[in-house]
Amino acid sequence: MSIASQDSAVKNNRTTMVLIYVTLLVFALFYLVPLFVMIANSLKPLSEITGGNMMALPKEWTIEPWLKAWSTAQIGVEPTGLRPYFINSIIMVVPAVIISSIIGALNGYVLTKWRFKGDTIIFGLMLFSCFIPFQIVLIPMAMVLGKLGLSGSVSGLILVHVVYGIGFSTLYYRNYYAAFPTELVRAAMIDGAGFFQIFWRIMLPVSGPITVVCVIWQFTNIWNDFLFGVSFGGQDQPMTAALNNLVQSSTGVKEYNVHFAGAILAALPTLLVYIVAGRYFVRGLMAGSVKG
Amino acid sequence: MARSLHKPDFKTRLQDWLPKLVLSPSIATTGLFVYGFILFTFYLSFTNSRMLPNYDWVGLKNYARLWDLSHWWVSITNLGIFASLYIAICTVIGLTLAIFLDQKIRGEGVLRPLYLYPMALSFIVTGTAWKWILDPGIGLQNTMHLWGWESFEFRWIKDRNFAIYTVVIAAVWQSSGFVMAMFLAGLRGIDNEILKAAQIDGASSWHLYRRIVIPMLRPAFLSSFVILSHLAIKSYDLIIALTGGGPGRATELPATFMYSYTFTRNSMGVGAASAVIMLITIAAIMIPYLYAETREDRS
Repeated sequence: MSIASQDSAVKNNRTTMVLIYVTLLVFALFYLVPLFVMIANSLKPLSEITGGNMMALPKEWTIEPWLKAWSTAQIGVEPTGLRPYFINSIIMVVPAVIISSIIGALNGYVLTKWRFKGDTIIFGLMLFSCFIPFQIVLIPMAMVLGKLGLSGSVSGLILVHVVYGIGFSTLYYRNYYAAFPTELVRAAMIDGAGFFQIFWRIMLPVSGPITVVCVIWQFTNIWNDFLFGVSFGGQDQPMTAALNNLVQSSTGVKEYNVHFAGAILAALPTLLVYIVAGRYFVRGLMAGSVKG
Repeated sequence: MARSLHKPDFKTRLQDWLPKLVLSPSIATTGLFVYGFILFTFYLSFTNSRMLPNYDWVGLKNYARLWDLSHWWVSITNLGIFASLYIAICTVIGLTLAIFLDQKIRGEGVLRPLYLYPMALSFIVTGTAWKWILDPGIGLQNTMHLWGWESFEFRWIKDRNFAIYTVVIAAVWQSSGFVMAMFLAGLRGIDNEILKAAQIDGASSWHLYRRIVIPMLRPAFLSSFVILSHLAIKSYDLIIALTGGGPGRATELPATFMYSYTFTRNSMGVGAASAVIMLITIAAIMIPYLYAETREDRS
């Protein structure tokens, strides 16, 4: 699944090439304009947006909207800014990613190196769980979280994200470990190495690349989740739900500049991951199309 | 080792059971939280549940009511419009960009990540950005007026008949780069010798792509179709952030329908029935695909 450049066999004439470049650049603009609009308008005073041009750079640069979005904007009824929700998201994402990745690695190891009768069916059932519309589990999940005393809490959200995250993490590790020579594992078994020893000494040391892919995927998915956050977050909502509250609030003046600053704040962690490790991000997306 | 051949000691037996033991929590949670919950929601869809779940059996009444509701018809009609345009436009843009990028383009390394970064964003962020860009008062229309194009009009997001197309625009913006990446990976996997041979035979670029390359991209077409259609059916966040389902009900989708009937309109039975229909639709697309993919894996 590498998309590194290679020589194309096709030769084009000059006009075609110009046309191709123009098309490619127009699309680059299409993808960039919203980002530009968000950044430029988050650095303007509100009057420059309502009375001015959205596509223009700020005449008077200000970071006031950012400060407001972060610490004083009205979210729901409280003027807390997005900060507490950003922290909620971090407290939720970190354990959920770690736990679901560890479980996924162990599952992948069992499903490829300790195969047993019926393991393909179990994998198939876990795989399908990645793609269900979560609307089908919302009602019983709300009841169960209520019974466990976890509704409206970050712990509840961690549980939800782990439960619905292990399908994908298992898929990643399973596909990755399937390509790892089983003979090596057999040899270690004959030498008397146990289940965890083999995992620890043989499988984990080669799992670097897939772990990066898995962690990035889970991080992006869980950070960007809205449905679970808004359904089960209660007062402890994650960033996405808080941003939506901020933007949709019907009271007072619409502070577009604060909304844009908030949107960038909500996008920042995943965007950073994409900038730093884009290659792995793409690989994760591709493996999301089932094959590793 | 020899001793354990006859009567395996505790440690050896543990080793035999360990793999299954390690897998069992996942089997249990998947069984309960995925399949148990699916069955429970399925059951609720046959009950008279309103604000809270109850167990008064009403047979198919919820389904009858569902298909009688104009609100539901609006939702599935919208899904039809949204999903077909979203899939078609993403595929056309993705394929075009991938083929163009594959022509020894200078700066490919810069362009590719630019096309793909929206995929890293939350739909709530995408929705927020496009909500204001498409807003006639401060967005594109206003900009065009300020740039001197006074007659320019673009108020789709405020227009019941056109609002659903703004959802398509935002969703295409988010996902088309991803489709590009899938096609590009497919293109880079094609053996260049085949293309060279065809060119020696005198095939034009156009013919080469239409007759040889595009047919060879079948797996990429299939994967992107499956992924896009499942994203379309699950679409919820984007609608909430971009239009809130409005103006009126003009951009309601099954996912927003389910949420409002279950949690704000006190018709949990009907909500459950709509969730079941969403699941069945996705299953009809995903199961054959996953089956075929995992089959191939083993050969």
